[in-house]
Amino acid sequence: MAQLSQFRLKGLLILAIVIFAVPLFITNPFHYGLATQIALIAGAVVGLNLLVGFAGQISLGHAGFFGLGAYFSAITTSTYGWSAIPALVVGAIGVAIIAWVVGRPILRLKGHYLSMATLAVGFIIAIILNNEREITGGPDGMPVVPFDVFGWELSPFGQYTLFGMEISGDLAWYLFAGVILLVAVWLAQNLIDSPIGRALRSVHGSEVAASVVGVNTAKYKSLVFVISAVYASVMGALYAHYQGFVTPAIAGFDFSIILITMVVLGGMGSTIGVIIGAVVLELLPQLLADFQDMEMVLFGLILMLTMIFMPKGLLPTAANLLAKRRKKSAGGDV
Amino acid sequence: MFKTITRCASKFVAIAAVSLLAMNVHAADPIRIGSFLSVTGPASFLGDPELKTLQMYVEKINEKGGVLGRQLELVHYDDAGNASKARNFASRLIRSDRVDIIVGGSTTGATMAAVPMVEQARIPFISLAGAVVITTPVKEWVFKTPQSDYMAAVRILNDMKTQGLSKVGLISGTGGFGSSGREQTLKAVKEIGGIEVVGDETYSGSDTDMTAQLTNLRNVKGVDTILNFGFGQGPAIVTRNYDQLGIELPFYQSHGVASDGFLELAGDSAEGLRLPASPLLVPESLPESDPQKPVVEAYKSEYEERWDAKVSTFGAYAYDGLMLAVAAIEKAGTTDKAAVREALESIQGHVGVTGTFNMSADDHNGLKADSFRILEVRDGSWKLIN
Repeated sequence: MAQLSQFRLKGLLILAIVIFAVPLFITNPFHYGLATQIALIAGAVVGLNLLVGFAGQISLGHAGFFGLGAYFSAITTSTYGWSAIPALVVGAIGVAIIAWVVGRPILRLKGHYLSMATLAVGFIIAIILNNEREITGGPDGMPVVPFDVFGWELSPFGQYTLFGMEISGDLAWYLFAGVILLVAVWLAQNLIDSPIGRALRSVHGSEVAASVVGVNTAKYKSLVFVISAVYASVMGALYAHYQGFVTPAIAGFDFSIILITMVVLGGMGSTIGVIIGAVVLELLPQLLADFQDMEMVLFGLILMLTMIFMPKGLLPTAANLLAKRRKKSAGGDV
Repeated sequence: MFKTITRCASKFVAIAAVSLLAMNVHAADPIRIGSFLSVTGPASFLGDPELKTLQMYVEKINEKGGVLGRQLELVHYDDAGNASKARNFASRLIRSDRVDIIVGGSTTGATMAAVPMVEQARIPFISLAGAVVITTPVKEWVFKTPQSDYMAAVRILNDMKTQGLSKVGLISGTGGFGSSGREQTLKAVKEIGGIEVVGDETYSGSDTDMTAQLTNLRNVKGVDTILNFGFGQGPAIVTRNYDQLGIELPFYQSHGVASDGFLELAGDSAEGLRLPASPLLVPESLPESDPQKPVVEAYKSEYEERWDAKVSTFGAYAYDGLMLAVAAIEKAGTTDKAAVREALESIQGHVGVTGTFNMSADDHNGLKADSFRILEVRDGSWKLIN
């Protein structure tokens, strides 16, 4: 067990090193922009992974919670002049309540029925955002003011000083998003290591067995559903501030599918793995943009091949492969 | 074991970073025109003809020796109608590709998502999307070529008034186009005066029957005309239902359906309806004295010859955008962004396919409502009324 938690800490440390090393390779503000978005989306995916990878429940409506958080912050800060942090916290509490209310009944459902129910929740949220034109700006979206803490504004276009160094707003946002991602991962790993995490994994293994040994499966399932919704809501709110503009597309079905794909592609149940999933899925469209007409075909092909040859996801497959090779070479020595 | 994984992961990150850097190649010589368009996805009917138009005319201009003796280079990305993607590509055009001017943004959402970036980077941006919010209030660096839906509403309402109609039953789609059109119609009614909206119904883009809404409108007391503001297949269904219900009132549609595709979808039931549209639909009926006639005819024949496809009004927005950009660069005599913006703002009497542009410091669209022509459907084709 001690080894296990050490392993987890190492993961966090490596992630921190990677996050803070990225600026060494980046010179272009556009790339900071991409990296910032990846970090924020990865945070939401880490939360979704708790639900999908650890508790084994599929949510096809997670973008709905992401969008709710984004729009709640957008509306309260831009229209009503709230400060960003209270808006974010109140939004997250609101989303938690919504997730709990809808989660209690629908988490009684299993398998496809659960996916269908979460799908419907996502659709309802997207439709509301689309139709309440007076409040949300409708399908054309609405602008969002920059993130602020006690009157201090963090805008991707600003200039800031950090430890005596002049840094651009893009870099500042990237570092901020990186720290948020680290906190998100740290919380998730602590949760996984706690009794709750073990209960969740037992639900994933076999719900019947879990309830036989006294795990209140309904309670833990709705708890993790709420937690993952809160993750999505917080990241959605930050994403809205960063982008400076939101449209209902971020609450849409397509984005829900992208989030789930990131989890599956990176490796279900592996926190670092799903972050890699987010990096790959966000970077690929940019790398493939140069292929113009072939972009979608290549994108689909890469996803398909990955799933055929690496069904467990990128990181677990890579880890297995390395472990095998090491075993082989160790065997050769003896 | 974990060490090796992380070694692998850091290698991956390094590769990703290197390939990002590799994309960052740019030549100094040609004038770079950036564009992000919705070439695929739900708004592809906008982005596809726009991209074709841009590609074709950049080639043509280059054959003739380019602009200011420099060749044009088109850098374009597909935002698939997604606002976040549009913002990313706008960022890439500005910061990575370092383009001189941007002509693009097929939808209002995509355009507005890019606006903060454009304003910050101080680069001239000509949008191809319709909504009023893009240029009202005026944003220093943002221009647009299509008329706004407000102008369409004004044009329709004025035509109604000249017909002696004053009580409008309004039906609209709940999509971006329809809901914005509804809002602008209600606003225009207030400003024009002497005409009122007596019924207000909506339908969603996926509805397949609108007889209930139309029956409600018909039953409103005193209604003497019906106006539909919508996009896509919805308006065609409204038109068919209108005919099936045998409603005799004069029927108006918006410029959202001003295409030959709509006539095919609606068939005989479109007979007699009126709408505001680009002169591109009726180039041969334009009087010889109309300064737009040669421009419109040339664009139509060149596009149809090159792509073997019907010309569309959306492509014309891109044509006007590109020609305005070229005119501004020529006028400024440089690609210096501030000079080009100044030149763009002072363009007067520029004859385009959509209309004649007269830009000014407080009008970054430069078109008047009368650049819309009122057309009527007669014998299955468009007839120019005025």
